Amino acid sequence: MGGVRVLVGTRKGAFVLTSDGKRESWDVEGPHFGGWEIYHLKGSPADDERIYASQSTSWFGQLIQRSDDGGRTWTPVGNEFTYDGTPGTHMWYDGTPHPWEFARVWHLEPSLTDPDTVYAGVEDAALFRSIDGGQSWHELPGLREHGSAGSWQPGAGGLCLHTIVVDPTRPDRIFVAISAAGVFRTDDSGKTWQPMNRGLRSEGLPDPDVEVGHCVHRIALHPSRPDVLFMQKHWDVMRSDDAGESWNEVSGNLPSDFGFVVDVHAHEPDTIYVVPIKSDSEHYPPDGRLRVYRSKTGGNDWEALTDGLPQKDCYLNVLRDAMAVDALDPCGVYFGTSGGQVYASADAGDSWAPIVRDLPAVLSIEVQTLP
Amino acid sequence: MIRVVLPTHLRNLAHVDGEATLDVHGPVTQRSVFDALESSYPMLRGTIRDHATKKRRPFVRFYAGGEDLSHEPPDALLPDDVASGTEPLLVVGAMSGG
Repeated sequence: MGGVRVLVGTRKGAFVLTSDGKRESWDVEGPHFGGWEIYHLKGSPADDERIYASQSTSWFGQLIQRSDDGGRTWTPVGNEFTYDGTPGTHMWYDGTPHPWEFARVWHLEPSLTDPDTVYAGVEDAALFRSIDGGQSWHELPGLREHGSAGSWQPGAGGLCLHTIVVDPTRPDRIFVAISAAGVFRTDDSGKTWQPMNRGLRSEGLPDPDVEVGHCVHRIALHPSRPDVLFMQKHWDVMRSDDAGESWNEVSGNLPSDFGFVVDVHAHEPDTIYVVPIKSDSEHYPPDGRLRVYRSKTGGNDWEALTDGLPQKDCYLNVLRDAMAVDALDPCGVYFGTSGGQVYASADAGDSWAPIVRDLPAVLSIEVQTLP
Repeated sequence: MIRVVLPTHLRNLAHVDGEATLDVHGPVTQRSVFDALESSYPMLRGTIRDHATKKRRPFVRFYAGGEDLSHEPPDALLPDDVASGTEPLLVVGAMSGG
């Protein structure tokens, strides 16, 4: 029987939660990097022992940490993120041009095949890559040089590239999502990019159907069917059946279609999960009830999953990178909250229990399924 | 021997107990001290000064002998007591929470 390792990034450090395949009792290690914001940490699919972590504070800036022993010990690696060439400007909140300025790494996406290759999505929005285990970082500037980039505007959290999805069947194809610009796709390993936002509709924009300018919160796919993408947009849960070329709304009977996370069951490509949040100004669940919603039909028909989750007086948030699944059978589903809880389900969402309840606010959750 | 006192998070990062001690050749300035510090402790690069511009990060301050030296030019000589090792140069995280 295998096990699982849950990697938790929080406002004040990283935690590593481990269990055997039953996923009933858990060991909690941490905090690593206590006092630092850990926006994200993620293990290499090609080497279970290799984990990358993004560590930052406003005082001391950005660090990248690497573990080669499954999160027990860590080594700081390269932390220089310099935009390629003269970075130019994007649009500021007041509509004026604003120079690109590096703030932090939001998301680290290790290569599916090479432990030393890892992508970094950063604020202000750009995509970087390291091919030497994080020692050095180089921008893939084609994204930021897209003709629309001068019009990209930051969302409330900044102009951040927060989601990176690599197509497992076509390694040259990468999807990224930027708040608030939308989804972009490359089919040539990052040299050129195209916006993939047709069908998105955002009522807060002067032109709700504009090609670029949508606040996409998260996208996810199942590796067996990489042309089918699911999206939690600022408002609306969306689905694409043509690798992002077009999108259709699948919010269906959700109590709110605002939210941050979306993820896909490890073994059922049409089973997906979201956590509805009341609104963009009320970042807590509708009716004070924390409910994960599951669709077994790839959207539109949703069921509330409540067993083990608080069903009254619950007013916390679940951020965009704070849900993940394991690859065991039954599939495990995990999410972390702004209240510091990490909830786990070992039965694909039918029932839930907290692994820990009192961590700092959770920013990200990733899961490694161990042999 | 130049003495530098780092804030707790940077001491932990660099695995420094107490003060960092450095050999600085030539004039003792902010630039020469931090060049020597980052040479001895490469993991501190980018945490005190910007990688490219070498400017002090906004929420980091430099004190010595009861004076705030944060706004001194990087090539200005540091006080004699710092150059002689009598006084440490203090690197301080600005007092703010969050």
